[in-house]
Amino acid sequence: MSSGTLTGAKAARLEPTPRKRRRTGRGKQTGWMFVAPFMVVLILMLIVPIGYAIYLSLFRDQLIGGNHFVGLANYIQLLQDSKFWSSFGRVLIFLVIQVPVMLVLALVAALALDSARLHAASFFRIAIFLPYAVPGVVAALIWGFIYGPQFGLTGSFNDLLGSDLLKPFTSTWILTSIGNIVTWEFLGYNMIIFFAALRVVPAELYEAASLDGAGSLRTIISIKLPALRGAIVIASIFSIIGSFQLFNEPNLLKTLAPNVIGTFFTPNMYAYNLSFAGQQFNYSATVAIVMGVITAVIAYIVQVRGTRQENR
Amino acid sequence: MHKRLRTIVGAAVTTIAVTAALTGCSNSGGGSSNDGGNAGQVDAALKAGGTLTYWSWTPSAAAQVKAFEKAYPKVTVKLVNAGTGTDEYTKLQNSVKAGSGAPDVAQVEYFALPQFALADSLTDLTQYGFNDLKSKYTSGTWGSVSLDGKLYGLPQDSGPMAMFYNKTLFEKYSIQVPKTWDEYIAAAKKLHKADPKAYINSDTGDAGFTTSMIWQAGGRPFEVDGSKVSINLQDAGTKKWADTWNELVENKLLAQTPGFTDDWYKQLAGGEIATQITGAWFPGVIESGAKAGSGDWAVAPIPTYDGKTAVTAENGGGAQVVMKQSKNQALAAGFVKWLNSSDDSVNTFLASGGFPSTTATLDSSEFLATKPDYFGGQAINEVLKSSSDSVASGWKYLPFQVYANSIYADTVGQSYADFSDINTGLKAWQTALVKYGNEQGFTVTAK
Repeated sequence: MSSGTLTGAKAARLEPTPRKRRRTGRGKQTGWMFVAPFMVVLILMLIVPIGYAIYLSLFRDQLIGGNHFVGLANYIQLLQDSKFWSSFGRVLIFLVIQVPVMLVLALVAALALDSARLHAASFFRIAIFLPYAVPGVVAALIWGFIYGPQFGLTGSFNDLLGSDLLKPFTSTWILTSIGNIVTWEFLGYNMIIFFAALRVVPAELYEAASLDGAGSLRTIISIKLPALRGAIVIASIFSIIGSFQLFNEPNLLKTLAPNVIGTFFTPNMYAYNLSFAGQQFNYSATVAIVMGVITAVIAYIVQVRGTRQENR
Repeated sequence: MHKRLRTIVGAAVTTIAVTAALTGCSNSGGGSSNDGGNAGQVDAALKAGGTLTYWSWTPSAAAQVKAFEKAYPKVTVKLVNAGTGTDEYTKLQNSVKAGSGAPDVAQVEYFALPQFALADSLTDLTQYGFNDLKSKYTSGTWGSVSLDGKLYGLPQDSGPMAMFYNKTLFEKYSIQVPKTWDEYIAAAKKLHKADPKAYINSDTGDAGFTTSMIWQAGGRPFEVDGSKVSINLQDAGTKKWADTWNELVENKLLAQTPGFTDDWYKQLAGGEIATQITGAWFPGVIESGAKAGSGDWAVAPIPTYDGKTAVTAENGGGAQVVMKQSKNQALAAGFVKWLNSSDDSVNTFLASGGFPSTTATLDSSEFLATKPDYFGGQAINEVLKSSSDSVASGWKYLPFQVYANSIYADTVGQSYADFSDINTGLKAWQTALVKYGNEQGFTVTAK
């Protein structure tokens, strides 16, 4: 509007080069300004800590003798560390069993909600989702009470049966006990992801299916599940990361079952105890870096495979 | 040479010998340390006043600080609860490492004290003439704060071990109160046979308990000489305890309920755990945690191996230390001195249920005459006081005991979990400790 006195042709003739140059220059700046808040947070919260952890992992600080550069010695030690691999194996088993169980249950719950055949559907939805709103620490404490072989529900149940049927704190059952807590916590969260994905399926598809004579099972297999693929991939990745990062639940239950849950029960607990009980910050950083890399690789594989299926 | 000396000569003599060997004569003057402080300096600092930060989790700390500020109006003490036990040590260790952020005065349990002393993070209080206070404290607690001729803190409480037992339960099944460990095992078998839900004791494997029991049995598995450490968790005393306790572990005669959990309190109150072999601080714990057991419990001396000579060990208890980082060490030392030797402060501590470390209090008729209802009106402090007189000397903790205790469940705990030979677990613990110690720059040898 300010250039209203100039004719269009004149303006175009007079100004193209400088304006163009100026626009690109300013455009670059504007772009950076838009991403700046994100970049600042990314650098401060992600790049710097990771860089520092990598830096730490190349040193060894001793109670006596001080700090010195050791190159990759911590990594070499870690690769041969049976404690680390046993903790890794444990979360891997946990992942392979708990994640599918939880996701299938979440899927069933989401499909049930979506079927519109439930009475009090909104109550059902909030009831399943509610545990997610309970902080993980509180959840572990609650379940710690429930699992108590003397004081808790488990104790009362065993008394009722007059046997020691339930033993949640024995080495045989501890992973199941923790899996139960984690499932309880995150079932609702995953259900919501699935349910949201189901809500965006166009109604025409269902209409067409019913015109073609498809029953509800057929609709689930041919429409709902394919529509959920993306959501399932996302939920799987979240769950994989969550499994590798397992910490709160076992760490809190450790006071109740100290001999069953050791200091290297999960990789995160191992890293925690290395740094906070043993002052082995450098080795702990090494554990964190290696676990980060492994988690990223596995999450990436799942994502690539998941999207490929989606595109098929 | 030293090693042989230690086993032959009494430990008190050895301590003097080692002290002399390690420190030479340089420290005997008292004022020759880096700060050149002395007793007068402390009084002057208290008069001049200032601000102190004090980390503690004891229930009596707040009242003590208040009383101190009243007695010395120019001094302000900022009390911070930086967590209990290991939580506090982690923060303390971090601030030592960072070079700033440590309090002036901190509460440190005896088992953790060598770790901070070794890192040169504590002020040697001999420079203020605090060595003169020695006669005020029991020899057991004094030995815990006085390492290699330096004084790293003043003892606050102590935990001479005794046997707390459910008298009603023992009477119900007419079981004799055991005086020896053999009798104790026999009682364990008889009790569990009579009532399959009842156990003689609860123990899932606890590092503090284990080290105290080894201490009582005459084992001295840790020898520390500066950065030279030797570990022998199979010495005669250690094996003596392990072989005895194996009888209980392998025959499943222990309730494997972790301490301080709801299950544990329930079993203590409900007559399912018959005894606790633990420190003299226990009455406060059981009275508040297992109220329903009131009137059932009593105290007896800890069983011994020969049934003749009374011998016990310390379990728990701690001191207040002055951190090297403190900008006003003399004032901090003054606070510690008041905190752990003035009548005003010790009485406040007693009122909160603590078990003192000062002999004057332990010997006072008022203290000895206390007859709590929970213990059926028994004068329990008489038993506990005599226990504090028979603490075996010469015990040393590792300079990395906090870490050692943290991996106890990974090693010895596994023997408990499998109901198998504790010696196997002790050997695994030793291997892990030797490895860690050497990685941390100590010269650790296994014997």
